[in-house]
Order: sequence, then C-alpha cells, then structure tokens
Amino acid sequence: MLVLVVITALCFDFTNGFHDTGNAMATSIATGALGPRTAVAISGALNFVGAFLSLAVAATIASGLVDTKVVTLTVVAAGLAGGIIWNLVTWLFGIPSSSSHALIGGVIGSVIAASGGSAVLWHGLVSKVILPAVFSPVIAGLVAATGTWLLYRISRSMTDGARKHGFRIGQIGSACMVSLAHGTNDAQKTMGVITLALIANGTLAAKSNAPIWVIVCCALAISAGTYIGGWRVIRTLGKGLVEIEAPQGMAAESASAAVILLSSSFGYSLSTTHVATGSIIGTGLGKKGAEVRWNVAGRMATAWVFTLPCAALVGAAAEALAHGIGGTLGVVVDLVLLAALAGFIYYRSRGNKVDPSNVNAEWTGGVTPPQPAETLAA
Amino acid sequence: MSWINLSALWKIVVFGLIAGAGLPALFAGGLYSLSQGPRRGRVATAGADGGADSEVLVGGSVLGMALAAIAFLIVLAAIGWGIYEVYQIGHPPVKK
Repeated sequence: MLVLVVITALCFDFTNGFHDTGNAMATSIATGALGPRTAVAISGALNFVGAFLSLAVAATIASGLVDTKVVTLTVVAAGLAGGIIWNLVTWLFGIPSSSSHALIGGVIGSVIAASGGSAVLWHGLVSKVILPAVFSPVIAGLVAATGTWLLYRISRSMTDGARKHGFRIGQIGSACMVSLAHGTNDAQKTMGVITLALIANGTLAAKSNAPIWVIVCCALAISAGTYIGGWRVIRTLGKGLVEIEAPQGMAAESASAAVILLSSSFGYSLSTTHVATGSIIGTGLGKKGAEVRWNVAGRMATAWVFTLPCAALVGAAAEALAHGIGGTLGVVVDLVLLAALAGFIYYRSRGNKVDPSNVNAEWTGGVTPPQPAETLAA
Repeated sequence: MSWINLSALWKIVVFGLIAGAGLPALFAGGLYSLSQGPRRGRVATAGADGGADSEVLVGGSVLGMALAAIAFLIVLAAIGWGIYEVYQIGHPPVKK
C-alpha cells in the first residue's frame, strides 16, 4: 500500500516536471536562445540539483496544511489522484495551471471527504498557499516590468544585433536559475506528500523532515518529467501571452527566479506557474509597444481559480470511491481509473501534437499550431 | 498568528527587485560597456559564422571590457551568494 502511494506520488512529480518545464524554459525557447531539446535537458538537470537545495517547502506541505493525525494512506493516494488528473487535463489544453495547487487541492479534498473540514489547517492553507498565490504573480510582474524597462533603457544605444546576442547569453543563465528555483519549490511538494504518507503509515514521526531516499527519488522524477517537456504549456507561455524578445526573456526569468527562490526559503509553496506567468505579463507591460494577449491571460487566470477546488473535488471523489470499496483494493481501483484516464488523455493529445518541431510556430489563437487536422477548441 | 507575514512579503518584494531586476540591469550595463569601442556598430559580415551578430558584441575598448568583466563578476558572485543563502535557510539544523 505504501509502495503504491509512493509510486503515485512520483508519477505526480513526473507530471509536475513536464507541466512546468515551460515556466523555466518557455521564454528561452521562444527567443531562440536555446534549442528546445537542449533547454529541457539543462532544465531537468538543474531541477535535480534544486531539489536538494532547500527543504522548507516540503516541511510546509508535510506538516503545515492538514492535521497529520487524520491522514491515512488512502487519503494521500486519493489526493494525488486528484492532482494528477487536473494536471493532465490542463496540460491537454495547454493551460499553465499550478501543479502545486492541483496537488494541495487534491490532498485537501480527500482529507475533507475523509474526516471533514476541521482536519484542514485553514490558517496554514490561506497564509502559506492562497495568499502567496495572489501576491506572487503581482510581485513577479512588478519585478519583471521594472527589469524590462531597465534593460531596454540601458541597452538602447546598442545595436540590435549585439543586444540580441548578449541577452540571449544572459537568458541562458537566468533560465537556469529558474530551473534551479523550480527544483527548490516544486520537487519539494512531492517530497512533502511522500513524507506525509510515511508519517501516516507510522514509518516516520510527525513533523519529520523528508528522508534522503525520498529527496533523491523526487529529484529524479521531476527531472525526468522536465526532460520529457510539456511542449503544449511551453508554447502557450512562450508564444501565447506576449511576443518575447531576448531582453524581455531575461527580465522575466530573472524575476521568476528571484521571487521563487526567495519564497521557497520562507517556506511558501507558491506556484512557479503563477510566478512565471506574472513575469511574462510584466515583461510585456514593461516594454513600450509590446502587446499582452489578455484573453489568453484571462483564460489562464480562470483556470488558476478553479485549480484548487476542482482538484479538491476529484480528490474527494477518489477518496469516497476508495473508502467505499475499502482497503488496498479501493486504492487499486482508484489508481486503475487514474491510469485509464491518463491513457485516454495521452491518446487525445496525439491528435494534435505539440513537440520540439512546432513549438515555436506562429501563434494563431490556439494552443496547437495550424495543421490539417481539426484544432483543439480554445 | 497573522494571516499575512508582512515582513516576509516586504523582503520578497525588495530582494526580488534587487535580484530580479537589479542583477539583469547590471548585466545589461556590462553588455553595454562591452559593446563600446572602435568596433562598435560594425556590421557583421553575413555568414561569417553561425551567429552573424557575434562580432558586434565586443566593442574592443579595454576600459569597456574591464568594466564589463567587473559587472559580470558581480552578477555571478551575487548568484552564488544567493544560492548559498537559500541553502543555509532551507536546511535548518536537525532537531533531535
């Protein structure tokens, strides 16, 4: 049973990785600073390193959100199922929603279904998850807008060619920082959940830190997921929101990296997705004449609002189902359903593939580039 | 128990601006001084190598290059220091 839960958690980490590659690498890929495949490889490696860098967020997830006394393995498994399903659905539509909220929502939903609202530490949830989710994109946007303005101001007398070349180099550096930061924040979440499962199982005492094998497994899973690359989300972020030039890319990435790293060290499990999106919009606002596609941004924001409750609903449903059947069999039924759904979503995604070859194609209003086959309704 | 940790919020905004906007600005300053000099603005011959713009990047002024080197070093040092700090904060001493 514990093994099943750990595997599910690692699967979540994997979807987290490929869902979020875009946050770090979308702008570098969009401006051509890095080739798509190189970008995801570097990002994967740095995620691995970042996962070891800070454990503050893992601690928040493991002990700060729900009452560890009522958490059972079934609850954790159901929560993970909620998170994974939401992650896959948003990926299909190319919406960069927050994997963190999907996970937290799923866990909270299943906890509520299992033992009622009193088992949720609402204060921790609001102060460490919801408020940071509201503030972080705004702060990131502000930093990115300031950075963009400064970069264009300082480099205005440089020739276009030199500017492009120079900032592309800078962009590689800043993108690497984002990947590192992503490891410090997102890989932690799965570690926190596995730690939660271990605590529930009695393997670890309450309030424990994540054991080293958990850190290593999570680091591996998230870098593998990153390497696979969520091309759909990369495309939305890199091409859909703003048409990005190299200095803007660098400004956006530096802003994201700084905000994520700072928040990670305070133990805020913020969404790297929200931060990256805020930065990219900020960089569009910081440059005169740049156009932000607010309709795309609006669609994302809607998805953000729904992420937590929807994942919670799926988590609650999964918990109810597993509980109704009971025992290990209940969890197995949950996971089989999950696998079936994942397979179906994967099958759907083949119909209008986004991969390294068309990730940068001209934005024509939809996630999937124009092609003979029917395009995904946006 | 307050809902918003104002001191953390304040720190994130200020350090976020310094690191997230200040460091790239310093990098831009480095690029700018690097581009100063006699070769500034020279049009790159097409097809010289893969990056047709590469020649334009280094202006050739010694002072400019030195300033650029200082700027780039500060940026790198700041990043290294930042990572070290995060590591320190993120690994609190284990309480037994």
